[in-house]
Amino acid sequence: MSRAMDQASSFVPTYRREIRAGLRDIAPVAVAALPIGLLFGAVASAKGMSPLEVILMSALVFAGGAQFAAIESWIQPAPILTLAFATLLINARHVLMGASLTPKVRMSRVQTLLAYFFLTDEAWALSERRALERPVTGAYWFAMAVVLWSNWTLSSTIGAILGSFLGDPERIGADFAFTALFIGLVAGFGRSRVTLVTVAVSAGVAALVHYFIGAPWHVASGALAGIAAAYIAAPEEARS
Amino acid sequence: MSLDTTTLLAILTMAVVTYFTRIAGLFVADRLVLTGRAKAAFDAIPPAVLVAVIAPTALTTGWAEAIAAAITAVAAFRLPLLGTVAVGVIAVVALRNLI
Repeated sequence: MSRAMDQASSFVPTYRREIRAGLRDIAPVAVAALPIGLLFGAVASAKGMSPLEVILMSALVFAGGAQFAAIESWIQPAPILTLAFATLLINARHVLMGASLTPKVRMSRVQTLLAYFFLTDEAWALSERRALERPVTGAYWFAMAVVLWSNWTLSSTIGAILGSFLGDPERIGADFAFTALFIGLVAGFGRSRVTLVTVAVSAGVAALVHYFIGAPWHVASGALAGIAAAYIAAPEEARS
Repeated sequence: MSLDTTTLLAILTMAVVTYFTRIAGLFVADRLVLTGRAKAAFDAIPPAVLVAVIAPTALTTGWAEAIAAAITAVAAFRLPLLGTVAVGVIAVVALRNLI
């Protein structure tokens, strides 16, 4: 819809149009995230988390990548510092996303601070796309946020409750589901030379450290080695 | 329903760290312009972390897991995310029965 049409139909309350646009944009994302949430809850419960703990983690952390990483190497008692460091590394991309989006949102500082609790790859990507044509309003953002957040929290809770009936995760290959999921996610970053070097170095170092030193050191050392490899492999004067 | 104290602390720590990364961009919006190698290194963070997490399971658990991981990687460039997961899980169950 063009800006002129927006003004012509201004008798329709703006916020209602914005909410509708947010719901329309986020719907396919929510459908795709539903089984992922079920899977997360099921494997989390297989790893020994209670449904209440799964609800709290999904509702408060609300970051798939970091939650998957935490569950993949979950041990009792939970290694708090290791989890904090892995979470920081995985979510560091949010800083760039927030920096890029902030000039394009039409919200007060306080509203933005609340809104960014719901910052996800998906909501960010959709908002950046919308920002090419018009500012991102609070109504648009929160319509997406509420749907994604309830979808994620509910689906992982249902997964956790159903998961406790599934029994041994190895029998149905569920223990491998995260590995497969992560491989799928990594493929989303493309096949550029720098990415391939990053993946190879990170995988090699992590496997070696895990074999000779042990968990949880493989995560930080593998990740840092991969990042260093990307720095070295990238052309010195890469544009953008 | 049980709630372990250490688990609760871990969840809260993860929540605080995540929220910090989400709002940090708000305060550096005018200053953070990465270029060249620094940008490449920053962009490499998500794949580097994801790979490091799964490398032991994929590479050093056994042949079934290693072969299944290779099959999954091939599928990952052709299928949507859920299809990739399905291929990986089916492959690992089949290979564990064969090997």
